[in-house]
Amino acid sequence: MPPPPEAPARVSSADLFLGFLGIGLSGFGGVLPWARRMVVERRRWLDAASFNDLLALCQFLPGPNVINLSVALGGRFAGWRGALAAFAGLMLAPMAIVIGLGALYTSYGDLALVQHLFRGLAAGASGLIVATAAKIAWPLRRQPAALAIAALVWLAAATFRAPLIAVLVAGTGLGLLAGWRAR
Amino acid sequence: MMLPLTLFLTFAALSPLAFGGGNTILPEMQREVVGVHHWLSASDFVALYALAQAAPGPNMLVATLIGWRVAGLGGALAATFGLCLPSSFLTFAIAGLWWRFREASWRRWIQAALVPVTVGLVGAGAAVIAAGTALGLAAVLITALVALLTLTTRANPLWFLAASALAGMLGLV
Repeated sequence: MPPPPEAPARVSSADLFLGFLGIGLSGFGGVLPWARRMVVERRRWLDAASFNDLLALCQFLPGPNVINLSVALGGRFAGWRGALAAFAGLMLAPMAIVIGLGALYTSYGDLALVQHLFRGLAAGASGLIVATAAKIAWPLRRQPAALAIAALVWLAAATFRAPLIAVLVAGTGLGLLAGWRAR
Repeated sequence: MMLPLTLFLTFAALSPLAFGGGNTILPEMQREVVGVHHWLSASDFVALYALAQAAPGPNMLVATLIGWRVAGLGGALAATFGLCLPSSFLTFAIAGLWWRFREASWRRWIQAALVPVTVGLVGAGAAVIAAGTALGLAAVLITALVALLTLTTRANPLWFLAASALAGMLGLV
């Protein structure tokens, strides 16, 4: 593999828009792998280490990770115009497609066949999010304190339907207490 | 006129709370959309979530669909921008500071404290969605099978969604 370029890449707002337009269109079942492919492997806007660092920030901050990534990367290369261009490129096509699917669902949703199709699709989509939950819980399997906090948060949000802000404050507070000694 | 504004504000209030990605706020979104505002029934919410999963792009397109269903194109834009703008402003503002504190122990301490909260909330989102789709034994089996295959194979999950939809069309669900 060739070494990453030394000088930072020069990337315009138009490049950002087109690059993220491609990511939005190809990201079936998860956008992040496609984002990495475009940014690191194909266009070489960042090397692998810089990409991981930026991604860590985008995962740490609230909001969908890949949207944060578009804003942070666009901002780094071309200021607020770049951030806007990357965000618009990422969201434009998926929004149009999902509204088109929604319109089809509204027009034909009363047909028995379509209703059955949707029950099957929804059951499958449930499986995907259950798998996602299992995947992100897996790294905690040998951390009893973290698992206990996760279980409490789960109970509070799913069973008792506690308001999110209360769950976040209480859960993060417990996490900070648990991590005090390891700090 | 008021409805898009209400949508924007509802989703904008969720945005800065979405630690660990969009699925974290799924339980709260369902509570607001179904329970508080009565914009959709619980089963409609699940159907729109499934539809958003079948489309390409970021997984929070469910907000676009909810907005569109409640108030047309204006609603779609209001909900999407509401969900994205606050967190995007935060990211834009903080991206520059991030490097300076990357070695600071307090940053790692906070990050470690957020992980179990994210895990619990994504689990709660999965429970809320799965409870809505568990319409019978066949549906539960499909959910379990798709979850298992997603965890144990590297196949594109879109194939599992297509197979689930086909199973529904054949009248299994």
